[in-house]
Amino acid sequence: MLGQDFSLAGARLTALGTGALWWAEKRLLCVSDLHLGKSERIARNGGAHLPPYETRDTLIRLENDLMRTGAATVICLGDSFDDLGAARGLPDEDRLWINRLQAGRRWVWIEGNHDPGPVDLGGSHLAELPLPPLTFRHIARPGRSGEVSGHYHPKVRVQTRLRGISRPAFLFDSDRVILPAYGTFTGGLRSSDEALAGLMRPEAMAIVTGQTPRILPMPRG
Amino acid sequence: MAETRLPDTFQDWFSRRGWSPHPHQIDMLQRADAPALLLIAPTGGGKTMAGFLPTLVDLADGEHDGLHTLYVSPLKALAADIKRNLRTPVDEMGLDIRIEDRTGDTSNTAKKRQRADPPHILLTTPESLALLTSYEDAPRMFNGLKRVIVDEIHALAESKRGDQLMLTLSRLQGMCPDLRRVGLSATVDKPEEIAALLARHPDPCPILMADPGPDPDIAMLTTEDAPPWSGGGAAYAIPAVLEQVKRHKTTLIFHNTRAQAEIFFHNLWLANDDGLPIGIHHGSLDRTQREKVEAAMVRGELRAIVCTGSLDLGIDWGDVDLVIQIGAPKNVKRLVQRIGRANHRYNAPSKALLVPANRFEVIECVAALQAVKAHDLDGETRASGPRDVLCQHILLTACAGPFDADALYVEVTSVGAYTTLTRVEFDRCLDFVATGGYALKAYDRYQRLMQRADGLWQLRDPRGALRIRMNAGTIQDTDTLKVRYQRSRGGAPLGEIEEGFAASLTPGDTFLMGGKVVRFESMREMTVEVSRNATRKPKIATFMGTKFATSTQLSQRILRMFQQQRWPELPPHTADWLALQRDVSQLPQPGRLLIESFPHDGRNHVCVYGFAGRNAQQTLGLLLTKRMEEQGLAPMGFVSTDYATLIWGLDAVTDPAPLLDRDRLHQGLDTWLAGNSLMRKSFRAVATISGLLDRNVIGQRRTGRQTSFSSSILYDTLMKYDPGHLLLDITREEAMRGLVDFARIDEMLERVGDRIDHVTLDRVTPLAAPLFLEVGKVSVPGSADERLLAEETAALMAEAGLGGS
Repeated sequence: MLGQDFSLAGARLTALGTGALWWAEKRLLCVSDLHLGKSERIARNGGAHLPPYETRDTLIRLENDLMRTGAATVICLGDSFDDLGAARGLPDEDRLWINRLQAGRRWVWIEGNHDPGPVDLGGSHLAELPLPPLTFRHIARPGRSGEVSGHYHPKVRVQTRLRGISRPAFLFDSDRVILPAYGTFTGGLRSSDEALAGLMRPEAMAIVTGQTPRILPMPRG
Repeated sequence: MAETRLPDTFQDWFSRRGWSPHPHQIDMLQRADAPALLLIAPTGGGKTMAGFLPTLVDLADGEHDGLHTLYVSPLKALAADIKRNLRTPVDEMGLDIRIEDRTGDTSNTAKKRQRADPPHILLTTPESLALLTSYEDAPRMFNGLKRVIVDEIHALAESKRGDQLMLTLSRLQGMCPDLRRVGLSATVDKPEEIAALLARHPDPCPILMADPGPDPDIAMLTTEDAPPWSGGGAAYAIPAVLEQVKRHKTTLIFHNTRAQAEIFFHNLWLANDDGLPIGIHHGSLDRTQREKVEAAMVRGELRAIVCTGSLDLGIDWGDVDLVIQIGAPKNVKRLVQRIGRANHRYNAPSKALLVPANRFEVIECVAALQAVKAHDLDGETRASGPRDVLCQHILLTACAGPFDADALYVEVTSVGAYTTLTRVEFDRCLDFVATGGYALKAYDRYQRLMQRADGLWQLRDPRGALRIRMNAGTIQDTDTLKVRYQRSRGGAPLGEIEEGFAASLTPGDTFLMGGKVVRFESMREMTVEVSRNATRKPKIATFMGTKFATSTQLSQRILRMFQQQRWPELPPHTADWLALQRDVSQLPQPGRLLIESFPHDGRNHVCVYGFAGRNAQQTLGLLLTKRMEEQGLAPMGFVSTDYATLIWGLDAVTDPAPLLDRDRLHQGLDTWLAGNSLMRKSFRAVATISGLLDRNVIGQRRTGRQTSFSSSILYDTLMKYDPGHLLLDITREEAMRGLVDFARIDEMLERVGDRIDHVTLDRVTPLAAPLFLEVGKVSVPGSADERLLAEETAALMAEAGLGGS
């Protein structure tokens, strides 16, 4: 089993333990909130010198997911870069790496709030991508259905009988799925937060990332 | 040479008071010109006056202009207290001397004025002093400075605060070459180590020993009720403690943690039928609350004060004639220092009572009493200066202005703890501060420090200084949130609670704060708002009190005590308990290793009685859980004391011997250490002190949760892509030194050989029970998480009628 299967608007989807979403029928892999170049942006703005390895780490994980799924289409669901400067400032080595990953694949960059403009990397740049019965966009819009989005970096806290475990998670209901952040230096927002709890239907489910993804009713407490 | 005789003004003042100066006070005056001088004196030995006498004599002619003496103490409260105590003789002698304090509590206006127009004597803390030297105008402010007095240096020497202070003094010495250093210390086991820390290397540092005074009158409090099997509250002793309070003028009641102090204070009031005036004082209480208690005590209005370490250091709060220690003293040296609190009159024995909180502590108390009688102080050897503190020092130096790396290296190696620092090590720290020090040179364009054409180093962006100053300091406070009454009820501040505890509260929950039961109402901008509510039983606030390890020496005494056939020196209930342990399982023996396995509360436990000291037991827990994970036993966590490590997990340990294979433990040490949460914890502290992680972000305080999350990811990323990074080196060094202490495990395993006694039982044993209540549990991630998640999510799905997916 590749991951945890679920349906959205009639499409059969698979949540991978890494935080990527796989649509087998279309051989499509979707990842959200890569935040490439985050440490560079922080240093550029006079902040701390964080270990400059998060782009490398994120790309290694993405490459693994591309290999094991054999994806033909890749959708990066926005906030792929920590800002447009970070996209421009990407070292040549990482640029070539992304080119290599793109070779022989359809690649779509969806715009996010961190990277609202086009970047000078291969692939197409779109505000959103309708792919019936689904639509891919960065931030969920209330009232829409068949929607795949990211932005919130959702995580859930599961109170097991012996301890609480907190991890990034997919959230989905009959209208939408919200992807967890895929990037290495990314924090998370609890599913109990108003922004998420208000957006998701009462019967929403969560799929916890990790070695084996696990499905459960979305925690709201 | 200074005057050997006390000037008349001073002689007269002493006579008017009916006092004569102590010999060591005169000694200090005679040696006032020594570049460094250490005085070891018991509390109540006129230590402060001994330190300040040369200053007062020097200032008496009124001719000195500007700052003359810096006084540095580990506690803000101490600085305020000393100011009060110095004021009296200065005023009575009619000396024209300005004395001011400067701490985190001082107003910004006062701080600015002090920099422009410094007083003669400035009383401060290591952190405030480090900040002062980071300003560009520091040389002007410290111009003319003659002496620095480091009070309670034995306490500072135990932490990175001492390292930071000594680095700061090296800066000051650069500005004021003739600066003389005086250290004041309570009784310690190795005064020469403290002297080496204090003096500028290689200056000599003579040690003056004051008369230690008579032995303290110290005993264990006997009560009608036996202490409970476990717990730290000592509620059983309340009537007996109240009785003692009634019989004495002023009693200090010490606790090892803040939470215990709160609970005890609450219970004490419930039983205080006579309405005796009793106060509470600890570091989590709001400053105004603390000051109220301090003032009441100075006025002699309080009969007792329930307190923690915040009252521990040399503060003279008046006429204390009894010290009660609740909970076993973890360290004989500290016990002796605490007892010094009682009866501040020299040459009169101090009176103290130990109150064990549970039965294991009865044994600890008896062992401690024997050690005090034998004058057997314990101590640990200090390691070389930590490099994360050096990184912060380089940053603060850069804040004050451009510096020369060669000169700074020379200055740093004049600090006792850093004399062995190599130039290569220094340069790595400098490189880290400047560029991040990564193998991947990513930040050349965004350097924090840059080297100018003339070779000097300076901040790339001078605006960065503000951020560096805001993050200064080496104290790793657990993140706390302020607690105050709701605005509609006046909004008065009460104190602080730990963020983790705050997160566990839901509106309506009650907890203890400053002895009052309060009700949690809401969270507003990082402040916990509460209302008064005395109707419900309180939840307990979890404060991270400073937790001291029981010394090895006490542990060994206890182990020897276990071997007796009977225990006439112990109260019958405790002796019976040991007998029961011997009956149900067995008592640990020297030269053998006792291991118990038993189930409890849905988990399997294994308890290893290594008696190797807290740090080594901690490492043992770390190594054993790693080995258990490899064997598929799904360990979940462990907790350690000085005597034992208790591990819990999903599966039972049936054969412990292979887990303890010495060669395998050796081989795996490095890799085992890497992935452990203790390392992450050390890394977080190292990354914060060295300036990689911000403690404070301008305008908003970063919450501990976010920091905790990202430091863990940073650690993983560094381990993966840059394992040779400086911060990982420092983290490893810290862990080996502080949390690991592998040498003692090794020594224990060698001593034990194959003499392992494994006992399998169906329930918790008498000796293991107290471990369940220990704080500082370490969580072990791994297969247990996967299994628990699978179990819980399946259950939740079934409950929602969605099973079978």
